[in-house]
Amino acid sequence: MTARTMTPTTLPDKVWERHVVHEGGADEPDLLYIDLHLVHEVTSPQAFDGLRAEGRRVRRPDLTVATMDHNVPTTGLDQPIADPISAKQIEVLEANCDEFGVTLYPMGDPHQGIVHVIGPELGLTQPGMTVVCGDSHTATHGAFGSLAFGIGTSEVEHVLATQTLPQVRPKTLAVNVEGELPAGVTAKDIILAVIGELGTGGGIGHVIEYRGSAIRALSMEGRMTVCNMSIEAGARAGLVAPDDITFAYLKEKPHAPKGDAWDEAVAEWRTLVTDEGAVFDKEITIDASSLTPQITWGTNPGQVLPLSGSVPDPDSFDSPAAREVAARALAYMGLTPGTRLRDIAVDTVFIGSCTNSRIEDLRAAAAVFEGRQVAPKVRTLVVPGSGQVKAQAEAEGLDKVFTAAGAEWRSPGCSMCLGMNPDQLSPGERSASTSNRNFEGRQGRGGRTHLVSPAVAAATAVSGHFASPADLA
Amino acid sequence: MQPVHVISGTALPLDRSDVDTDQIIPSDWLKRVERTGFGKGLFAEWRDDRNFVLNAPEYAGATILVAGPNFGIGSSREHAVWALTDYGFQAVISPRFGDIFYNNSTKAGLVPVVVEPDVDEALLRAIKADPALEIHIDIERLTVSAPAAGIEATFPLDPFTQHRILEGLDDVGLTLRHAADIDAFEKARPGWLPVTTA
Repeated sequence: MTARTMTPTTLPDKVWERHVVHEGGADEPDLLYIDLHLVHEVTSPQAFDGLRAEGRRVRRPDLTVATMDHNVPTTGLDQPIADPISAKQIEVLEANCDEFGVTLYPMGDPHQGIVHVIGPELGLTQPGMTVVCGDSHTATHGAFGSLAFGIGTSEVEHVLATQTLPQVRPKTLAVNVEGELPAGVTAKDIILAVIGELGTGGGIGHVIEYRGSAIRALSMEGRMTVCNMSIEAGARAGLVAPDDITFAYLKEKPHAPKGDAWDEAVAEWRTLVTDEGAVFDKEITIDASSLTPQITWGTNPGQVLPLSGSVPDPDSFDSPAAREVAARALAYMGLTPGTRLRDIAVDTVFIGSCTNSRIEDLRAAAAVFEGRQVAPKVRTLVVPGSGQVKAQAEAEGLDKVFTAAGAEWRSPGCSMCLGMNPDQLSPGERSASTSNRNFEGRQGRGGRTHLVSPAVAAATAVSGHFASPADLA
Repeated sequence: MQPVHVISGTALPLDRSDVDTDQIIPSDWLKRVERTGFGKGLFAEWRDDRNFVLNAPEYAGATILVAGPNFGIGSSREHAVWALTDYGFQAVISPRFGDIFYNNSTKAGLVPVVVEPDVDEALLRAIKADPALEIHIDIERLTVSAPAAGIEATFPLDPFTQHRILEGLDDVGLTLRHAADIDAFEKARPGWLPVTTA
């Protein structure tokens, strides 16, 4: 390891410096060691092909783990996959993991699930690590104080072959969320408000450290929701300093250190804080006590407003470019300026995705559904993030609450977040979704997505139009 | 990767900001296990609109894409880069790129050119006025120019990436020069760090 610097250092820089294999200097980027590489079926086949073409092996299969999530159906798992191209991609991952000796949690395995849900619940994601995956929501793992970021397929191949990545060091951005969240306001509302403040590009070139009393008060599930959407503000990584909440979550997880090794690890993890006096390249502060439930109205996650607001008028934006962007978004979304967001009716509600499919998310949704019914004609899907989340929810009887309310209880996967499996919106269909992207066509060609928290999604399912739990009689 | 020194050709104006990778290549195209054939899926949904600029005959054969800010935000899918190169683009010009898309481009033979917003706007205006306008991107000098429109600007590229593009070098091969450093680093890692095997 490189010598630890004595000058005050930010947490992102600390984790970075502890992973530099070769310092690049002026002529090349630093070469970083990767502690954990998560692999799924969509962004890996061409990387394994690249290894084969060059006669290379996976350098550290023991630091690599694979699962199937993007493509998998969430119903009828006892049946063959209907889409032959999806089926092929699943088969190719199985064959590649077999050939290169990579541990795989396949469909139907009790530990299968969304890659960003299973890493933490297996205890593979730990503080201070570097974690990569061919998926932009890899920042989720930053909730543990690890430096976790999404990579492309060429980089997947590079990590498989060398367990390292050449990287230009990002700038640092402190997002301070101070104060107490009002009742009914969640981690999802924090991150949507942060993205609204930074815009889709505000975090480009930066790693975010989420700080402040409102972040410290969040559970690990909440911190994962916040870090997960860092990329929607342009930041490849976002992290939270580990603390007793982190350690309590990790203790006894299958791959967490045991015995003396646990104590040794915790002592090391306690050094993972931004030093007093360390300076970030950029800093913003959000007042948590002023936040209310948030909802997106447009076609990127930066186009977000409080639920109490109305569809904005494109003419209200400053520049001609911004006016055009807003007008195009409203045309796609089929919305009229001035419409109260609470008056917008939905066809579908999706509760799931790597942003909001953990047990706490499902408990929040179930608390709203308890003793209530989904509004007529609203299709409501509840898709747990993993086999473990599914089992836990069923042990708590949450599945019964969902089905009694008229929602569908599914098997784990990415599902309608990106519509690579049969769970999709039809053209013109409108959803309330707990996922992370409201891009055009994201949930199915022509589909119209509004991003919200699990509590708002559930209340919306009951009302038939956008609502918070407080709105329900 | 093939070595690239200069890219010269006509350009296509995609005058939109926040073009995300879901638009560049929609997710139903991501089920393929090959690296080729993605050009047909480029901007698949927008192409259904006959008025979309990619369908305009005057821009047929363009090898440079000029876009608004925040190009390539969103998903990490390298398929977005493969779709652009498979279609015939060799470079994309924008005031700001999504980080992952930018990295993916430099690994997969697409040159990302970051210019000031006023240069981007001037280029968009010039190619809308004259679709046959020649644009030159010089990777040795790090300049982008459209002489007939009187536009010339420089763009940033870190020296390592510039060197890799000019020489067409394989990243893994370059990293393996540091194999001894990787071995040494691995030996010093704490024993309590997790492994994925049982």
